[in-house]
Amino acid sequence: MTRYILQRLGYMIITMFLIATFTFFLMKFLPGTPLSAADKLSEEQQAVVLEKYGLDDPVPVQYFNYIVNLTQGDLGISFQFDNREVTTIIMERIGPSMTIGVQAMIVGTILGMLLGLVSAIYHNGFLDYGSTFIAVLGKSIPSFVFAGILQYYVGVKLGWFPVALWGTWQHTVMPTIALAIFPLAIAARFMRTEMLEVLGSDYITTARAKGVNKFGVVFKHGLRNALIPLVTVLGPLAIGLVTGTLVIENIFAVPGIGEQFVKAINTNDFPIIMGTTLLIAFLFIFIILVIDLLYGVIDPRIRLAEGE
Amino acid sequence: MDNHKPSKELFVPVERQENEGEKIARPSLSFWQDSFMRLRKNVGAMIGLATLIILILMAIFGPYMNSYGEFDQDLGRAKMPPKVEGLGWLGMDGTLSATMSGETVEEATSNANMRFNNDEEFIKTSVVSDGSNGEPAQVKAVYDVYAAKDMNDQSFWFGTDGLGRDLWTRTWKGTRISLYIALLAAAIDMVIGVAYGGISAYYGGRVDNYMQRIIEILMGIPNLVVVILMILILEPGIISITIALTITGWISMARIVRGQILKLKNQEFVLASRTLGAPDNRILRKHLVPNVTGLIVINTMFTIPSAIFFEAFLSFIGLGLPTPIASLGTLIDDGFKSLQIYPHILLFPAIVISLIMIAFNVLADGLRDAFDPKMRE
Repeated sequence: MTRYILQRLGYMIITMFLIATFTFFLMKFLPGTPLSAADKLSEEQQAVVLEKYGLDDPVPVQYFNYIVNLTQGDLGISFQFDNREVTTIIMERIGPSMTIGVQAMIVGTILGMLLGLVSAIYHNGFLDYGSTFIAVLGKSIPSFVFAGILQYYVGVKLGWFPVALWGTWQHTVMPTIALAIFPLAIAARFMRTEMLEVLGSDYITTARAKGVNKFGVVFKHGLRNALIPLVTVLGPLAIGLVTGTLVIENIFAVPGIGEQFVKAINTNDFPIIMGTTLLIAFLFIFIILVIDLLYGVIDPRIRLAEGE
Repeated sequence: MDNHKPSKELFVPVERQENEGEKIARPSLSFWQDSFMRLRKNVGAMIGLATLIILILMAIFGPYMNSYGEFDQDLGRAKMPPKVEGLGWLGMDGTLSATMSGETVEEATSNANMRFNNDEEFIKTSVVSDGSNGEPAQVKAVYDVYAAKDMNDQSFWFGTDGLGRDLWTRTWKGTRISLYIALLAAAIDMVIGVAYGGISAYYGGRVDNYMQRIIEILMGIPNLVVVILMILILEPGIISITIALTITGWISMARIVRGQILKLKNQEFVLASRTLGAPDNRILRKHLVPNVTGLIVINTMFTIPSAIFFEAFLSFIGLGLPTPIASLGTLIDDGFKSLQIYPHILLFPAIVISLIMIAFNVLADGLRDAFDPKMRE
């Protein structure tokens, strides 16, 4: 197991290094420098600006400095916001992103599980069809369309929650719902399948025969076993949320990482683009690693299969 | 009761024919016939398929069904509400309406008239509540835009956008792009994914090892990041989206195909073929890949909606297609800009893309159930 973890960590470092290299050279290919908006500077002034960002060095030196700084957690200085370190900007903005991301994850999976449970208990009944329908809609409708519907009906027409911006907890409600619909749909479908399988197994029949009531069986005996496979979809869901925040934050004007990323793309702010890309890639790889390790902890059969 | 004891004469011994047990009562079905029979019974999947066919037909013929071009701008007819003759009851009667409030009925009425430039000749007002119960008075105004602009002889079925371009034409043009992306994603999956997975699994050993390490690294890089970076270096447009999807689209297919072929490649029929002298290429193409076709189709069907979403998403955040071209993503992005007053600009593209996504997802579910009943939910 230790060897497996070390091996995975090794891959993780290689992947991060490759992504860092890849983004660095991509940025070098891109048109535009921090000077493009300020053509009226004199030669000396331009030289000063270039030196400030280390852009006067040859590309290999820039690359070396970049990687060295990266290992120390220094992502460079933003082009757009003078003298502001990218690390600081990201740190400031990670809060709102995490807030809506974590809230959406919790709300989405819990509601999704409940929906799936209801589906399985009333299998082929009206409630089952209803929640299956919701799950299909939630999985299919693009997040930006759903966010638009929410914004128009709940925000504008009903006026229950603020339409956009950030501040109080009310501001987090609509972005959270818009983000949560996807994990909700996936969790519901998954829970339904698993629960149906578990409820059909012999030990459930035994428990019923011994006189445990219907809900007791579902919650005490069924739920625990159905939960194990659910953990396996949490990883892809968490990754989906990272993508989702890019859209949702822009629609609801949440001052988070995703909004900053899109802004940086539109203003050619390379250090921020590179920093955010690395952050997203890191989150992505880290989540996959954690989930893979969790499988082994939760289901010993998988660990055995790895050892073969 | 006599019912308990039926008389013995009622029973006749069955004459057993010698080969009756061997007789095949039904016509034998191939894998595909069997699968399609199961698919036909799935109501949801058939509705999905029908929706898709309708959408494809509309994408092909829709833009020619009226005389407005995709890029025909005319600020004089900007932001016209949708109007379809005979569908007025659906709200598509070419009018805008708003409910305004004021302290008295008169004030509310003048507010309501002001909302539509005081064009009183074409505004019909009706009192919702006269304010006698202590709450502000509310007046509903209905403004006949087509009459006001003296365009009663024309009708924009989906309305027009901020530059006066016909949304019907643009929506179906955008649908074409989404469907092109769907076709492309499917092709990439089938060609690159299947070939990569097949070769990696069939040759095994060192080849497999290297190919899998490459996949592992590619898997670690989030799709979104690759796509966005590719689009940053290339000019935004349909070609850069195509390239970006090509780089990332095939990985999960390659993994699935590899897993299946690893299972199959040591079976007797492969050995038999090899003994008979078939080259690797033929074994792969004629024996191994056809045995995973079901899985390939299922996986392709699940890739398509995510590819469509990706294109719309990129266009939505402004990295997809450049402005004059209509894509469902750019149309929805436009719609957001005037969502509060002119929701119709957002509404129709949003409905169409949702329908496409739902149809593909439902059909994919149905195909999965049909091809592989064991995987049925």
